[in-house]
Amino acid sequence: MRNSKILMFFSAIIFFIAFSPSIAFADEGLREKISYYFNVDKANILVGIIIVFFCVAYYLYHAQKGKALYIRPIAGLSALEDAVGRATEMGKPILYIPGIMDMDDIQTLAGISILGHVAHKVAEYQSRILVPVSKSVVMTTAQEVVKEAYLKAGRPEAFNIDDVWYLTDDQFGYVAGVDGIMMRDKPAANFYMGTFYAESLILAETGYATGAIQIAGTAMASQLPFFVAACDYTLIGEELYAASAYLSQDAHQISSIKGQDMAKAVVLGCIILGCILVTLNSLVGLPDFLMSFVKFFEVK
Amino acid sequence: MEENKQRKDWVYYLKNLDRRIIFLIIALSIIVAMIYPPQLPIVPEKAVKTCYDYIDSLPPGSRVFLSFDYDPSTLPECQPIAEAVIRQCFSRNLKVYAIALWPQGASQAAIAFSKLAPEYGKTYGVDYVNLGYKVGGAIVIQGMGEENGILATFPNDLANKPIKDMEIMKDVKSIRDMNFIFSISAGDPGIKTYVLIAGPQFGRKVGGGCTAVTAPEMFSFVASGQLTGLVAGLKGAADYEFLVGHPDSAIKKMPQQSVAHVVIIIFIIIANIVYFIEKYREKRGLV
Amino acid sequence: MKRNIPIFITFITGLALILAHFVPRERQSISQIGEIVQDWAMIIFAFAIILGALNLLRVNIIEKVLRLAKGYGYSIVLVVAFFVTTGLGIGQGIEEGTKFFLIYKFIFTPLSATMFSLLAFFIASASFRAFRAKTGEATLLLVAAFIVMLGRVPIGDFLWTHIPFVSKYFMLSDISAWIMGFPNVAGQRAILIGAGLGAVAISLKILLGVERSYLGGED
Repeated sequence: MRNSKILMFFSAIIFFIAFSPSIAFADEGLREKISYYFNVDKANILVGIIIVFFCVAYYLYHAQKGKALYIRPIAGLSALEDAVGRATEMGKPILYIPGIMDMDDIQTLAGISILGHVAHKVAEYQSRILVPVSKSVVMTTAQEVVKEAYLKAGRPEAFNIDDVWYLTDDQFGYVAGVDGIMMRDKPAANFYMGTFYAESLILAETGYATGAIQIAGTAMASQLPFFVAACDYTLIGEELYAASAYLSQDAHQISSIKGQDMAKAVVLGCIILGCILVTLNSLVGLPDFLMSFVKFFEVK
Repeated sequence: MEENKQRKDWVYYLKNLDRRIIFLIIALSIIVAMIYPPQLPIVPEKAVKTCYDYIDSLPPGSRVFLSFDYDPSTLPECQPIAEAVIRQCFSRNLKVYAIALWPQGASQAAIAFSKLAPEYGKTYGVDYVNLGYKVGGAIVIQGMGEENGILATFPNDLANKPIKDMEIMKDVKSIRDMNFIFSISAGDPGIKTYVLIAGPQFGRKVGGGCTAVTAPEMFSFVASGQLTGLVAGLKGAADYEFLVGHPDSAIKKMPQQSVAHVVIIIFIIIANIVYFIEKYREKRGLV
Repeated sequence: MKRNIPIFITFITGLALILAHFVPRERQSISQIGEIVQDWAMIIFAFAIILGALNLLRVNIIEKVLRLAKGYGYSIVLVVAFFVTTGLGIGQGIEEGTKFFLIYKFIFTPLSATMFSLLAFFIASASFRAFRAKTGEATLLLVAAFIVMLGRVPIGDFLWTHIPFVSKYFMLSDISAWIMGFPNVAGQRAILIGAGLGAVAISLKILLGVERSYLGGED
């Protein structure tokens, strides 16, 4: 009930702002003054960011108050411990690929975040993790993350810095190198978490041929079908971003996932309303102030 | 008590078919199609025609900005697209400005120009220029949108010669002076980067050529009007060659691609037949 | 302090770039901050290549070649190729006509294309293994896949023209184009919107210091 009130509240904000351009900016002088400091054409992006911010802040506030927040189980992440356990029993290493993009890519950050949890689990199980990377900055970050994970697990002496190493920046040179590692070292569990392009199927199929359990996660829509076909578990789109929160069970992180979901509900509401307005406009014609809602969201 | 053994008949062997046999059949079918290529008609897609028609509508002397955002691994798909577009530009006397957001893209541009420029009698520095590669992706595009942005971002061309005195750079200050932007891309940075920046910020029309794998994602931009046409994969390249009226490598490879698609479909049908037979046997208690 | 300073830098830089995006370009002072930060990022990424190269050489020379570890022969090939290509590129340049360009055109290009071509075989084996009509949705997916696979190559329309009556009204490529243009676009947009919102949320977490894994572990 409370959520729906918040939902309505934010929807109202959007409607108000969307309808108001024709009123608030009718005065050219006022518009000019605002345009001096703020690119009015990007108002829709700013409103979107503010909505997401307030949605996240709302749940963050509740998380800090100690309220328990629930997110549904994600199959791929529930299987993480089993995968690491299986590899330990077989005496084989775990292979972790944090994508092929650099640290400025949001999926790489998500992948590195999950690497910390996986490495911690590997350290607890006294197994070995191999992290060949495609970018130098990712290598240094991954080394720190894995080292920290081993430290937290109380096994700093088991950390081998050479287990996190740089291969090559070249996409297919990298995948050739990783395939070689898979065929030689025969890891029992493969994790693919991050941004992937055409090499995704080559990695997944080679991993399948070695008999490894495979868990993948990416927000690249074009590569998801390949991972779904070849891997045992796949984290689709936002599940990759939610994984860190899910694994840590940290209230602050989970609150951001809840906030994101609420923002998605607001976006859904706007899409439905926009579809209705555009359809009605094409059938019967609508007054300008109603269509200004649609115009507000145009890409300028 | 007897063990419940699975019957090892043709169903069993098909279900557990060694993947190397699949690889072999694919390879053989493509080789046969190369030796005996079936002649198949080309019907251009609407998205390809949109791009072709837009470039065709540009008056001679207009400026077309080509971004080579791919590497040799996707050369079979992307290079024919690039060459077909350059052909159209050269045949219509449009000026071509090439850059690369991927390291090897600049070399791919050089290969394309070295093949086509002599054919159309085009002169480097007058009719076309290859500005080379710059790291940064979106940052490079934004930089090129500044006042004198192109000169500031690419002071020299691929051969390290200053561009400011080249005839083709006369009256060209930034990417805003271009009449059309076309990105041939195999990933990121590429078409999406230009659509998100060059379109809204600089008000330029953007067209794209991409690999078949990334095409489904790019169709969203075509549908929303953010992309003026999309040349997707080898089929798109073949369509473009057909429209330009110069059959080249893409059209020649269409028979092989067609045969490969048919063989994969046959494999999927066989796999499903095996699956349903197994289900039937399980249901009837037959092993 | 060790963690607070990077978090503070992240927050300030992120805020500056966000502001630069919304402020008109004419407001030079603010938009310039964004450009300066972006220039710094470009320089850092360019220098990071040296870091990777040094690590590559260290792992292969010290850990593999000098210790005669398993597969050290491949490491020798890698190191020799690295130095030869780098030397030729720096010494003679990389434009057409140089030896670097020959290596690029006749060694690197075919090798990369070969790796990419593996996809054709792996798609076939993955399709054979995974594409089963187990449920109604899977069957629908299979039918759509068949239509798009045939519709996007000339053989599809060629075979379709042999079907009487139907081919007079529409072609297989028209159905394929409709599938790509409508259901596919709807699904892609849904994933793009979801992933976009996820990216905004995780970016906010990083800016506000809630997500700190990129610093190397958690507090």
